[in-house]
Amino acid sequence: MTAPLLSLRGISKSYGQIHANRDIDLDVAPRSIHAILGENGAGKSTLMKLIYGVEQPDAGTASWKGEPLALASPADARRKGIGMVFQHFSLFETLTVVENVRLVVPGSKSVLAQGIRKLGRDFGLEVDPLAHVHALSVGERQRVEIIRCLMTRPQLLILDEPTSVLPPQSVDKLFETLRRLRDGGVSILFISHKLEEIRAVCDRATILRGGCITGHVDPRDHDAHDLARMMIGRDMPQPMPALAHSGGEKRLEIVGLDHRPDDPFAVALSDVSLTVRAGEILGIAGISGNGQSELAALISGETVLPRDKSERIFMMGRDVGAIDAAARRRLDFAFVPEERLGRGAVPEMSLVLNSLLTAHPSGLLKRGLVDTARAKAFTEDCIRQYDVRTPGSETEAGALSGGNLQKYIVGREIMLSPKLLFVAQPTWGVDIGAASAIRRRLVALRNEGMAILVISEELEELFELCDSIQVIHQGRLSPPLVTRDTRPEEIGRYMIGAHSTAEKVPA
Amino acid sequence: MSALSRPFLPVLVRREHASLAIKLVAPPAALGLATLLNLGLYLLMGRDPAAVFHAMLLEPFLSWASFSEVLLKMGPLLLIAQGLAIGFRAKVFNIGAEGQFILGAIFASAIPIWLPQATGQWIWPAMLVLGALGGALWASLTAFWRVRLNANEILVSLMLALVAAQVLNYLLLGPWKDPAGFNFPQSVMFQYDAMVPILIPGTRVNVSLLIAFAFSLAAWVFMQRSFAGYKLQVGGLAPRAAGYAGFNEGRAIWLSLLIGGFAAGLAGAAEVAGPLGQLQRSISTGYGYAAIIVAYLGGLHPIGIVFSALLMAALYIGGDNAMVSANLPVAAVRVFQGSLLLAYLVAIAFVRYRLEWRHAAHGSAP
Repeated sequence: MTAPLLSLRGISKSYGQIHANRDIDLDVAPRSIHAILGENGAGKSTLMKLIYGVEQPDAGTASWKGEPLALASPADARRKGIGMVFQHFSLFETLTVVENVRLVVPGSKSVLAQGIRKLGRDFGLEVDPLAHVHALSVGERQRVEIIRCLMTRPQLLILDEPTSVLPPQSVDKLFETLRRLRDGGVSILFISHKLEEIRAVCDRATILRGGCITGHVDPRDHDAHDLARMMIGRDMPQPMPALAHSGGEKRLEIVGLDHRPDDPFAVALSDVSLTVRAGEILGIAGISGNGQSELAALISGETVLPRDKSERIFMMGRDVGAIDAAARRRLDFAFVPEERLGRGAVPEMSLVLNSLLTAHPSGLLKRGLVDTARAKAFTEDCIRQYDVRTPGSETEAGALSGGNLQKYIVGREIMLSPKLLFVAQPTWGVDIGAASAIRRRLVALRNEGMAILVISEELEELFELCDSIQVIHQGRLSPPLVTRDTRPEEIGRYMIGAHSTAEKVPA
Repeated sequence: MSALSRPFLPVLVRREHASLAIKLVAPPAALGLATLLNLGLYLLMGRDPAAVFHAMLLEPFLSWASFSEVLLKMGPLLLIAQGLAIGFRAKVFNIGAEGQFILGAIFASAIPIWLPQATGQWIWPAMLVLGALGGALWASLTAFWRVRLNANEILVSLMLALVAAQVLNYLLLGPWKDPAGFNFPQSVMFQYDAMVPILIPGTRVNVSLLIAFAFSLAAWVFMQRSFAGYKLQVGGLAPRAAGYAGFNEGRAIWLSLLIGGFAAGLAGAAEVAGPLGQLQRSISTGYGYAAIIVAYLGGLHPIGIVFSALLMAALYIGGDNAMVSANLPVAAVRVFQGSLLLAYLVAIAFVRYRLEWRHAAHGSAP
């Protein structure tokens, strides 16, 4: 093996108690397309930010072509020859392509325009230098970002989930560009969680899970099944030997829902159907960014369907597609959102005031005024029952740790004794003891007849909780799979969209 | 460690928790800073800073006559600022209270102008009610465009304030001009029953000051105790949490603007039915804008606003004093108001952030 271009040894980075990266060793060879593979939250983006100097590691060393590398700032990284294209573009829409490039690269417009055209010819990055960015498609904007990076003549180009914003045709074109760049002498670090893509374009892959490296492989030697196991984890949980509670009344039903959000970065949902019955837990599995948050907002009522598209979402038998979140809650629906701060709770307000957010109909008001005593009693009840570690009920929500805030929000919503409970990422950031307490509670509620819908990225959790699982991939939902009869590998294939492709792994 | 950090320059770091002490210290510190800056400015202009200071900040409190004038000015400032602060807490930025104030004055004046012979104790209360409705009506234009078309309420309300001033001009130069007024742009003088009763004999302070205090009390109950006020605050602090809980954003915008317009309209009505006694071009001396400063200087808190309104009223009177005794230009008061807001914004930044000095540009990458 030739001497590596970039070499990392023992790189670690923590944010508070969360270890985003632990003891990472990584070698990037010259002229290679190197994949960094992992689920969301595995630490891929943190690692890239460390390499590009956006963040500094807590420990570890780096070297660049054999010389020590400081990883001090993006400007340093660019001077050394490291460029990065972020997932969300940073272009000025009202300026032309060449004007955007000129903000980073010195030189006259005509010289730069020539350079842009030459790069376009050489690497298949055709874009009109004089076009305004707002008039360009997403694929073209990405090309502009790559061109802007290439104008600084990098030897290592970092691409953060470059295909997540592209339609399939553009993906092939991007891969062709990447191959040409590699042949032109540029190494590429390619972050993705899409296994087929990595097998298609990368010659090396490093797999991250939970902030640690779980393997360095040549992706061409492994099938998607192997890679998925390395990415998701080998120790798959045993299915829950729970009684089937079929036949309860339908508490939530979605029928053939299509939805195209206004936000161009959001995922469009197509033909989504699901049913949650009383006494049943349905899990939605999937790699994040496949439409979970869009689906969650449609169920919670934070996104309301236009009136002419109603009759798609039913709660307790009523068509709720066009009514708002408050009205849905009045039908005995409760929801724990994925984001705790700023959505599930107001950071600057005390826990008592945060209880009012959704629990106000359960007797916390008196003639339009807040009944402080009862709100305080409710909150202290919740703190006790759900073991929320906090100095008191007057503490600001923003001062609680993520796990404790999650316990508080889950507790608050359960205390509303809903008929239908919807929990997104029930145990994210919660320590193991508290996580299993929350799961036990959810199963107990199911046995008492509550209908529960869970969205989670942790397959282990879904297998522990759910009666059946549906997998979301690129805005489409798989048919329901009965958990007891399903192997995690099968779910994994749905998660990466490999189920419908020719390359099926024998079950 | 930010990539933007430079050696030897301090960096603003967000505080984990803003203590009550620093929250209380910030407004007086802002006042001190603004005072220092302005005294420096007067020195540059060749005025005697001590004399200006005396005339501007002490004299208003030294005699009963001038203090009663301070209380007179405080009424409208207090009313408008309390109304605006409710909207500001919800992050609905009604900048056009000046226009709502003018419309309140116009609506209130309709009664004595159309019914100059009417008598009875019902007239001045009816004028106040009508004025408040007029202000709310003017603010509802802004609310409508914001909710229906997402038109920015700052721009719409500000521009409508300019429209309101032209409506006033039209009325005073046309249909509502006093026929016996030597062509001056002003209405007839109002009859006795169209005047708000005097509160303190021998001064011009009238019952509207009591109304302003009552409104302050109501604002306190609304913001600190009521669920409707709570919903507004959630919308301002964390819009996504409001969406999650199902609090209607459009309703919050309507409510914020209507309360602001109501209070400003009431203040406008009290002004024509109080010290002025007629509709004039100069009914407002920038109360609508000064009240924005009052609201923020009071920390958007109903109790804080009582003190900041008193301070701002004293500045109005003190500024007039200083113009006479220290020969300051008219603009000096506006400059003082502006620098007060600026100093407050600086001070409030230190409530939420603290300075941290860093001597090394690079982090600890070993």
